[in-house]
Amino acid sequence: MRTTRIAARCGVAVALLLSACGSSNSSSPGGAAPTKLGDGEGSLKIIAWAGYAENGSTDPKVNWVSAFEKDSGCKVDVKVGNTSDEMFQLMQTGEYDGVSASGDASVRLIDAGLVAPVNTALVPHYADLSAFLKDQTYNTSGGKNYGIPHGWGANYLMYNTDVVKTVPDSWGVVFDKASPYKGKVTAYDAPIYIADAALYLKSAKPDLGIKDPYSLTQKQFDAAVAILKDQRTVIGEYWSNYAVSQTAFEQGSIVLGTTWQVIANLAQGNGAKVATVLPKEGATGWSDTWMVSSKAKHPNCMYKWMDYVTSPEVQAQVAYYFGEAPANPNACALIADDPKHCDVFKATDAAFNKGISFWATPRKKCLDGSGDNCVPFSEWIKAWTEIKG
Amino acid sequence: MNTALDTASVDVATAGDSRPSRRLSRVLDRHPRLQLAGLLSGPALWLVVLYLGSLAALFVTSFYRLNEDATGITEELGVSNYHELLTTSVYRDIVLRTIAIAALVTVIDIVLALPIAFFIAKIARQRVRTLLITAVLVPLWGSYLVKAFAWRAILGSPGGVLDKTFGASPGYGVPAVVIVLAYLWLPYMIVPIYAGLDRLPDSLLEASNDLGAGFWLTFRSVVIPMLVPAIVAGSVFTFSLSMGDYIAVALVGGPTQMIGSVVYANFASNLPFAAAFATVPVLVMVLYLLGVRRTGALENL
Repeated sequence: MRTTRIAARCGVAVALLLSACGSSNSSSPGGAAPTKLGDGEGSLKIIAWAGYAENGSTDPKVNWVSAFEKDSGCKVDVKVGNTSDEMFQLMQTGEYDGVSASGDASVRLIDAGLVAPVNTALVPHYADLSAFLKDQTYNTSGGKNYGIPHGWGANYLMYNTDVVKTVPDSWGVVFDKASPYKGKVTAYDAPIYIADAALYLKSAKPDLGIKDPYSLTQKQFDAAVAILKDQRTVIGEYWSNYAVSQTAFEQGSIVLGTTWQVIANLAQGNGAKVATVLPKEGATGWSDTWMVSSKAKHPNCMYKWMDYVTSPEVQAQVAYYFGEAPANPNACALIADDPKHCDVFKATDAAFNKGISFWATPRKKCLDGSGDNCVPFSEWIKAWTEIKG
Repeated sequence: MNTALDTASVDVATAGDSRPSRRLSRVLDRHPRLQLAGLLSGPALWLVVLYLGSLAALFVTSFYRLNEDATGITEELGVSNYHELLTTSVYRDIVLRTIAIAALVTVIDIVLALPIAFFIAKIARQRVRTLLITAVLVPLWGSYLVKAFAWRAILGSPGGVLDKTFGASPGYGVPAVVIVLAYLWLPYMIVPIYAGLDRLPDSLLEASNDLGAGFWLTFRSVVIPMLVPAIVAGSVFTFSLSMGDYIAVALVGGPTQMIGSVVYANFASNLPFAAAFATVPVLVMVLYLLGVRRTGALENL
């Protein structure tokens, strides 16, 4: 055990030294997609968001990994990633077969050659997935598909119903430096959270002219950083680990801030008085894609997993447990615990989907095509440390 | 019967020279330097390749930089990370904050460890002494992470154990970080001071007493000067462990950033910068050890 860990560390050290090898000049990074599948390799190592690949260890009743292991013969090793940056770094080690990547990791993974093109014909359930999730910038590059859509949703505003009496209708409450909840506000601890501030400014300060919170000019970016520095004075704690955020809301040391629906569900399950709301400015969100590592040691098991996890039965379990819109609308009829689940999350509403600002990695060549002078992600990373001070 | 057979085979082995292990041991016996090399090459390899090698890799990485769109690392040597480190005020604040926290933790641990170690070494009877030493060391068997999480549950405000019991708690922040780190590293201070006191002859204390010195005067002018090397040894542990911490600060520090938290956050997003920042605590510790060496405390260890 210890030796494998040391070996893994050495692997990381070597990867640091060699990490730029991935970006080759070939037209499609990550090699070619397979044309047919062989037998499963007996095991599978994946990186997933909390709640995406549950094997009963969080809650004995929540388990869809065991059935897959039994059917496919692939033993699944799940590593939970807390942020997209962490997932990107884990994928660089080459240890994993696949990842449930959000848009702020997926494009970088494609560009760095860390993920391989996916032959969607080998994933039968792909045909059933919502059309508005296919061939999007975050899962397709150069006309090639790089993954299978998993599900999507918004980052909600969570509040403690005992303390926050009026339902907040604007993200302004978390950016107010004179907030009555000073010291009890939380925010997501990752550079991509700067987009949440930009999204708020998009409607709060229209003269800044923000169109896409991931394509910011220097002036717009500075304005977002400024309100985040104001926010820092009222923050009780930033969160990146969902379980830590959950306990903070449960004990009441945090009463207001951005969250994932799954955290709200878990806290409510433990009796916490919390609720979530989608403020009027809209929200940032995620649209996640299962991607195959270009160095996958168990690609056949990964393809089996991607088909399994997009089947209506499993999608129904994941979507209900995580609190998101399933990529496969056929799942909607199977969510027995909440028949209105897909209505609540507007799972089949293409217009609503288009209204969410899905996480994407900002780059110098603006994502929205507005020019070549957007603030690149490396600047977002630096700014985030400065905001926290 | 078996014994007879065994003895016979041993006799044969000693007499004959065919077995390779025998031949090897005879060669080693004749060449003591070879013996030494064989004994030390494993640990030396460990020290040079894994320990110094990883430090070298860290140092080299710190001269690379993240490309603009954060998709990979540009392997051109340059000092941009260090330039940024020195010219951005927030990093200086974080370094100073970390050093202040580490110094405060060290002082608190010295103040707490002195009376505890003195009681164990000089006052307690043999059986109680063993019991107390065990009590000091047992917490080290528990996981660091579990203890930090336990403090998270204790210090939470509102809702923590302290808050529910006494109606007040420092909550999460710098004071909480100092409390938790002082708790975590206390055994590392008690053990060297106890060892130092154990070596201190009781006759010295008695002589001081005979010459008319009270407890405090004896403590100040006899015990403390002789304990300096032990205290310094303990402070090297508490100071360096606090300098590198990132888990306690993440769990009970609220939004506070220390050097460790910035390195941890950048490890995923901007590796070369994390490497550059990680050289700061190495440098601080080197300076600290050089300062300690000047006092002559290291020779007395």
